[in-house]
Amino acid sequence: MELKKLKKHSDYKWIIEPFGKMHVPAIIYADETLIRAMDEKVYEQATNVAALPGIVKASYVMPDAHWGYGFPIGGVAAFDADKGGVVSAGGVGFDIACGVRTLRTGLNIDDIQPVKTRLADLLAHKIPAGLGSTGKLRLNADRMDDMLAGGARWAVENGYGTSRDLTHIEEQGCTADAKPQYVSEQAKKRQRDEVGTLGSGNHYLEVQQITEIFDDKIAQIYGMEKDQILISIHCGSRGLGHQIGTDFLKKMVTAASSFGIELPERELACAPIKSTVGEQYLGAMRAGINCALANRQVLTHLLREAFAQLFPKAELILLYDVSHNTCKLEEHKINGQTKQLFVHRKGATRSFGPGHAGIPAKFKNAGQPVIIGGTMGTASYILAGTDESMSLSFGSSCHGAGRSMSRHQATRQWQGRDIVNSLASRGILVRSPSYRGVAEEAPGAYKDVSAVVEAAHQANLSRKVARMEPLVCIKG
Amino acid sequence: MVDDTRKSGWEHFPHQADIGIRGLGTTMEEAFEQAAVALTAVITDPRKVQPEQKINISCSGSDDELLFVDWLNCLLYEMAIRKCLFGRFEVSIEQDSRGPAKLLKAAAWGQKTDVSKHRPTVEVKAATYTALSVRKQENGRWVAQCVVDV
Repeated sequence: MELKKLKKHSDYKWIIEPFGKMHVPAIIYADETLIRAMDEKVYEQATNVAALPGIVKASYVMPDAHWGYGFPIGGVAAFDADKGGVVSAGGVGFDIACGVRTLRTGLNIDDIQPVKTRLADLLAHKIPAGLGSTGKLRLNADRMDDMLAGGARWAVENGYGTSRDLTHIEEQGCTADAKPQYVSEQAKKRQRDEVGTLGSGNHYLEVQQITEIFDDKIAQIYGMEKDQILISIHCGSRGLGHQIGTDFLKKMVTAASSFGIELPERELACAPIKSTVGEQYLGAMRAGINCALANRQVLTHLLREAFAQLFPKAELILLYDVSHNTCKLEEHKINGQTKQLFVHRKGATRSFGPGHAGIPAKFKNAGQPVIIGGTMGTASYILAGTDESMSLSFGSSCHGAGRSMSRHQATRQWQGRDIVNSLASRGILVRSPSYRGVAEEAPGAYKDVSAVVEAAHQANLSRKVARMEPLVCIKG
Repeated sequence: MVDDTRKSGWEHFPHQADIGIRGLGTTMEEAFEQAAVALTAVITDPRKVQPEQKINISCSGSDDELLFVDWLNCLLYEMAIRKCLFGRFEVSIEQDSRGPAKLLKAAAWGQKTDVSKHRPTVEVKAATYTALSVRKQENGRWVAQCVVDV
């Protein structure tokens, strides 16, 4: 993206003043290097979002932004239903509530090193990953609807995890007002045997070592110390979420003109929040969020079972679970007034600060953990939500490294087998059903995650707490 | 993949996070068939997929481009629920006599996904409206393309 098209507010905040049909400015949080590396499409998509009906304050772009579907990946936008505001299926994406959860193991690097290979093989065996993999659960129509209404709470009620887990998931593991009746039969059919599966692409389960603590006070509140072992799971709502996205994108594309909404690109398909299709999408999308929460909860159970084989005494405690493809009804202050807004986060993580009512009491002096996944060869980060993010970005921060290179280009540049071997020589064990899949996810195909995190920190969207480096990575 | 001396074929084109698929043919139907091969090629080498079973697919769309995306999404759905991959396709398209929509009827041949044989690279989440285009080029060749989310 060309810098000269932007107005510099500070080193980490850049503004696109409204022009044409934009109702509000677009605001980009990133440094010069990150912005230069961003696709021009990000500029186009951020300004398109700013032109949607009922948008409030600004169309925000996170430091890891790249070319998405209608919205940029790394896009945040809030809409006021009372002002004709819209909900967009493209603004949530095809992997509803894709997200990351991180667990503490209480173990140290010295505990893991002697059994690392066994652990990698065991996890690869126990965690269903990749195309066509199925979970053990088979859901009939009634159980499917219970899962879609109950989310991780449903999973815990069915023996997958503990009630303590639920307090450490956004919205206590269950999004209210999910409407399974608006989820198509096709979507439900795709999910019958996919609960408790990782998926593929950039999804993973990773064993990580904490290599640096940036904020001792918050790390202590989160229960984290250098050299401890964490486990992170990155995945989403599986086939059900993909089908909901497909179904409603089609409905919204067809319906948009009937609402007088002019779409600059079809992928920006949206409908007024106060419309039948808008309400149905919200109900179905919330069911999709619950599906993702249930999925990560069941995977956590499988992880605990596998871990217990090698470490019978280890207790895997959920640090937090964040979703980064969502639209949520939240309270935000606009010009001193509290407003109910529909906040889209497409490839962006909620980043609620200290004292926010929506985070666990234990974190009230720290803010919520903001989990940023890296690649299989680079670091991941835990950050903490900030008070400032509420006014800067509707309480949002970045979500990952963000791709800088296409899959096509990555497979031309790297061989999967070489990547697996070179990572192994650095002590990182990768297990994947596909070498080509590994090549497509090559660490070099991503932006520098540390630069993304630094920008989020410097822009006050979230505060750096800890860096983790991978030891074992199970790829889908 | 695309041989300019022939009029049909498929190829992939780059997208920053995902991947573009493109089918070319002497007719729109053939371009749709080739794009379906390109879709399978995102996941595995289509030549590794044996035509052991045949399924029928039908869908409709209010224009050629929406019909194209629907065709691919119907295929993805069948792949997902049947745990199958498909390597050969036959597509026919006709005007809906009841209105402006077009109707697509197709057969797809494939087999159950075998991880050790097919080594599936990724699961495709959806065909999208990004870089979506169905058109007849000046040289008479049809092109059907879009980006798929993986």
